[in-house]
Amino acid sequence: MTAHLRRAVVLALGFLFLLGFVYPLAGTGVAQLLFKHQANGSLTADGSTLIGQSWPSPRFFQGRPDASVLTNKPGQVVVSGTEQLGPRSKELEKLVAERAARLRKEGITPTNDLVTNSASLVDPDISPRSADAQVAAVARANGLPIAAVRRLVASQVRAKQLGFLGAPYVNVLDLNRALVRLERATHRGAASGR
Amino acid sequence: MGYLWTIVALVAVLALAWRFLGSYLVAVYEGRVHFLGWIERPVYRALSLDPEAEQTWQRYAGALVVFSGVAILLTYLILRIQGSLPFNPQHLAGVSPALSWNTAVSFVTNTNWQNYAGETTMSYLSQMAALTVQQFVSAAVGIAVAVALIRGLSRKGSRTIGNFWVDLVRGTLYVLVPIAFISGIAFVAQGAVQTLAGPVTVHDALTGVTQVIPRGPVGFMESIKQLGTNGGGFFNANGAHPFEDPTALTLFLSISLILCIPVALTYTFGKMVGSLRQGFALLMAMAIIFAACLAVTSYAEAQPNPAVAAAHVVHQRSGNMQGKEARFGPMPTSLYDVTATQTSTGAVAGANDSFTPIGGLGLMAGMMLGEVSPGGVGSGLYTILLFALITVFLGGLMIGRTPEYLGKKIQAREVKLAALGVLVMPITALVLTALAMSLHAGRAGPSNLGPHGFSEILYAFTSQANNNGSAFAGLAGNSAFYNVTGGIAMLLGRFAIIVPVLALAGTLAAKNVVPSSSGTFRTDAPLFTGLLIGVIVIVGGLTFFPAVSLGPIVEQLSHGRLF
Repeated sequence: MTAHLRRAVVLALGFLFLLGFVYPLAGTGVAQLLFKHQANGSLTADGSTLIGQSWPSPRFFQGRPDASVLTNKPGQVVVSGTEQLGPRSKELEKLVAERAARLRKEGITPTNDLVTNSASLVDPDISPRSADAQVAAVARANGLPIAAVRRLVASQVRAKQLGFLGAPYVNVLDLNRALVRLERATHRGAASGR
Repeated sequence: MGYLWTIVALVAVLALAWRFLGSYLVAVYEGRVHFLGWIERPVYRALSLDPEAEQTWQRYAGALVVFSGVAILLTYLILRIQGSLPFNPQHLAGVSPALSWNTAVSFVTNTNWQNYAGETTMSYLSQMAALTVQQFVSAAVGIAVAVALIRGLSRKGSRTIGNFWVDLVRGTLYVLVPIAFISGIAFVAQGAVQTLAGPVTVHDALTGVTQVIPRGPVGFMESIKQLGTNGGGFFNANGAHPFEDPTALTLFLSISLILCIPVALTYTFGKMVGSLRQGFALLMAMAIIFAACLAVTSYAEAQPNPAVAAAHVVHQRSGNMQGKEARFGPMPTSLYDVTATQTSTGAVAGANDSFTPIGGLGLMAGMMLGEVSPGGVGSGLYTILLFALITVFLGGLMIGRTPEYLGKKIQAREVKLAALGVLVMPITALVLTALAMSLHAGRAGPSNLGPHGFSEILYAFTSQANNNGSAFAGLAGNSAFYNVTGGIAMLLGRFAIIVPVLALAGTLAAKNVVPSSSGTFRTDAPLFTGLLIGVIVIVGGLTFFPAVSLGPIVEQLSHGRLF
């Protein structure tokens, strides 16, 4: 018994050193050396492409409804995945109806993933269908031709990985950054053409 | 169509793991792998241990229990005092006693039930030194027990079943660390974060929105979280969080990592008992149960969410997207969550609570059937071997012959131990569910009303008694009641099975082998696989059916009603 106890303590401390410090710190070293951008959170000048955010203006493409729930608390870290409504929850029905009404008011036909929360509540992506549904409204709000915005969305669709993994999707931050570039280019072009 | 290819690719990866990882595991546990001897030998010296000296089952079990007790204590201490330790950029305070107890038990028992949100509760030191360490060690303990049972079945007239310390060290060093390290790099390459620099504040110049984004040493925790069938994520959202599972490729990698050791162990078993067909018969039983649950849940999640449908605002052509990530979609999410509930992983890539009633039942089914398809690392194999002994016992009753398994006579003592090991989980889960339903503190937990609220409680105790760790997360588990009862469920679900399994290993090792005759019931044939599946389904089905009919089945049948 005492032999067991002594060995257990020594081995627990040995593992603590090897697996609790050497392993994660070596991993951090390798990660920072080889994949600095990813290891630090895939940051751009306007946020992380992997963390959803709210887009409080009709000029931008909207993400999953969850993003607006969580990202606007100043000074607090974004806490992921807390809302859990069951498949026969009255509250879920009510929320979905409200979200759909809000989308319609902005001239957007509601889609499946624009009226439902994600699992992480920080989903940075939407389905290509949801991006398409917003094209007309976003084009109008920015004074851009619909065809140009539609082409922009098409260029931002990410296919299934390796052709068969997961679902095709559009990253909302990347899409909106491209939208702003398009808008600046168009309006600069219009100004110089005048 | 892409989903079918995903499954084809998974089968191909697992076939390779079965063959090559399986034979590598044989070499590791037979002591034929030495490339990390320069770490291994000093460890044995520090333990003043002769690696050739073996233990009886009593000493093996004693060492395992003492080591796990020390691990719980050490994990508990780190969590309690994390506020005064380094690597704490968010200046998080020490974790409360009840939550520290629950979390320490949870990670040491390979459960990884989490009554907290990682990003606002755990310092980086706690994530690394308390939780990640146990993700390695608890997995190595599970494999060690399985290997000890295999030795019991393959030896004749032996008093010993191996050395716990050696099995623990070798499994960690030669199996878990190398695979976890290499796949950790893959997670980071795809976008998982791995930094000690603390949260980052980002300001979106386009909208004026400011966010504080939590980060941490995530990628290399993610790899062992999956490989060790642990399931405890860095973030609250677990595998759904883009910093844990950034792409569909990491989703696939996760599923492969979760399944590779449990699947490979059936090869290891076959090799060590001298007949690959014996292992293959078990693997087929695992695969058939897995495929059935996967088919049910994938189909159910491709259907509309009833509550969303009731709002009549969208056609849910893409299936149930409530609580699913856009980059994964419902079917790949189902594959991940089914994998996690058929093993002791319990990681989630979607909100299990928002699965359709039948989709959620498919998740529960894997746990209720004893988590043997293919089950956790080690635990899956030793649990299905318990069912195999019960199967040959029932077969023996039918034809009126003393049952045998691999030439060992299965007598009263073995059947009692196997039955004990099989019954601990359902008794623990159902008694605690009943207790929770009858106490105010228990009924205060669920956030959903109606049958789904009951499902949340049933799921919680089934998950913890199985050392799974996934949840219908609408349950508010961080209360004194759930922290304490959950801790008890996890301890019973782990050690009240491991000790009978080791006792079984001991008695089987001591037995001699009777030569097989024409009357011997063959345990390497499809008939046995079918009978084994029958026993697993009948035991799990009969014990849980009444409870399940009050939860997901009522929920499914209550057409048009919302709660």
